[in-house]
Amino acid sequence: MAIETLDQPIVKSESSEGLLSKRRRKFVTDPLNDDNPITIQVLGICSALAITLKMEPTLVMSIAVLFVIVFSNLIISVIRDLIPNRVRIIVQLAIIATLVTLVNEVLKAFYYDMYKVLSVYVGLIITNCIIMGRLEAFAMGNKAWDSILDGLGSGFGYAWIILAVAFFRELFGFGSLFGFEVFEAIGITNFPNNGLMVTPIGAFMILGIIIWIQRTKSGYVEH
Amino acid sequence: MELISLGIKSIFIENMVFAYFLGMCSYLAVSKKVSTAVGLGLAVIFVLTITVPANWMIKEYILREGALSWMGSEFDTVDLSFLQFIMFIAIIAAMVQLVEMIIEKLSPALYGSLGIFLPLIAVNCAILGSSLFMVQKDFNLVESTVYGFSSGIGWFLAIIALAAIRERLKYSNVPDGLKGLGITMFITGLMGLAFMSFIGISI
Repeated sequence: MAIETLDQPIVKSESSEGLLSKRRRKFVTDPLNDDNPITIQVLGICSALAITLKMEPTLVMSIAVLFVIVFSNLIISVIRDLIPNRVRIIVQLAIIATLVTLVNEVLKAFYYDMYKVLSVYVGLIITNCIIMGRLEAFAMGNKAWDSILDGLGSGFGYAWIILAVAFFRELFGFGSLFGFEVFEAIGITNFPNNGLMVTPIGAFMILGIIIWIQRTKSGYVEH
Repeated sequence: MELISLGIKSIFIENMVFAYFLGMCSYLAVSKKVSTAVGLGLAVIFVLTITVPANWMIKEYILREGALSWMGSEFDTVDLSFLQFIMFIAIIAAMVQLVEMIIEKLSPALYGSLGIFLPLIAVNCAILGSSLFMVQKDFNLVESTVYGFSSGIGWFLAIIALAAIRERLKYSNVPDGLKGLGITMFITGLMGLAFMSFIGISI
């Protein structure tokens, strides 16, 4: 399933088609589960693990990635006929890098604490393979509105996985969610924090378990 | 001595894969066989050793605030550091292309074994990540060369170890849903646990 989507045929959309027709809804819903960028297509793992220590930076990161993926998809799909095939990788990288610079400067100006927490990982959105993958596989051959929807789908598919990982890591590692002490609030005062969740190992384990559950449910087997 | 300690530190303690999760995509995708993993690992070492010092020069002589003062005193206050991402990724893409062309000319045999991996490297986050860490940690030219080289070695060790384990894994009975990516995640976690034992070593 993972590989087939990369070279799916370009479907000619009819002009009378609704903005959210069934075919288009699939662009958004497919990546959420059956064709998830992280757990099925194995893309964008680096940042999925690195910034998931707490919920707040994870949320900021997902919004940043969503922004970059939607707009780079839109821009590439608008100018796709103007890009010579030989230099398309550089053009794609330049557009992604510009958008990431924008995100970086906005974070630096309005949200400096978060900018410090995310540090180099904001810059590493450039090399997040989900974005390059969607540009190459979808935006280069589809119309603008479809590309926006496709970007939204992949962005949300990415976001819910990293938010899930962060949820468990912050809950068991610090006993809190968004900095709110959950266990103390419900009356458990001496909940032991799990030190493993705070280290990178916790991220690998949680993601492994999520992948296991999801693939068992969907019946997808990798050979 | 400080350089050696920096090298050891970036190979074992601050390993690209286990401590910073960098280069995970190709780490997971190209670790099915040891021979291909060796090829990709060598290419990464090679490119890192070139791009980190190259990006250091870009940072030092073009992007940093006041870096352009060699062009005249009116450029003293120019700060181009917001262009960092675009410049770095362009340098990396160009370097990878250049390295590919040079290897193809000089050593067709090496090109045959490394060739297919070189384009993959341009979007390997370990490469861009090391350059960004180089800026953050404020290295000088020699330090950034050592840092680039030893980060590459660290990544090389990690991918070879994983590939060796995965070759063995073929003979074990893994649950269906865990096959491939799932079990690889657990293995990487356990390897990370082993690498954690290096924390606290001071040289």
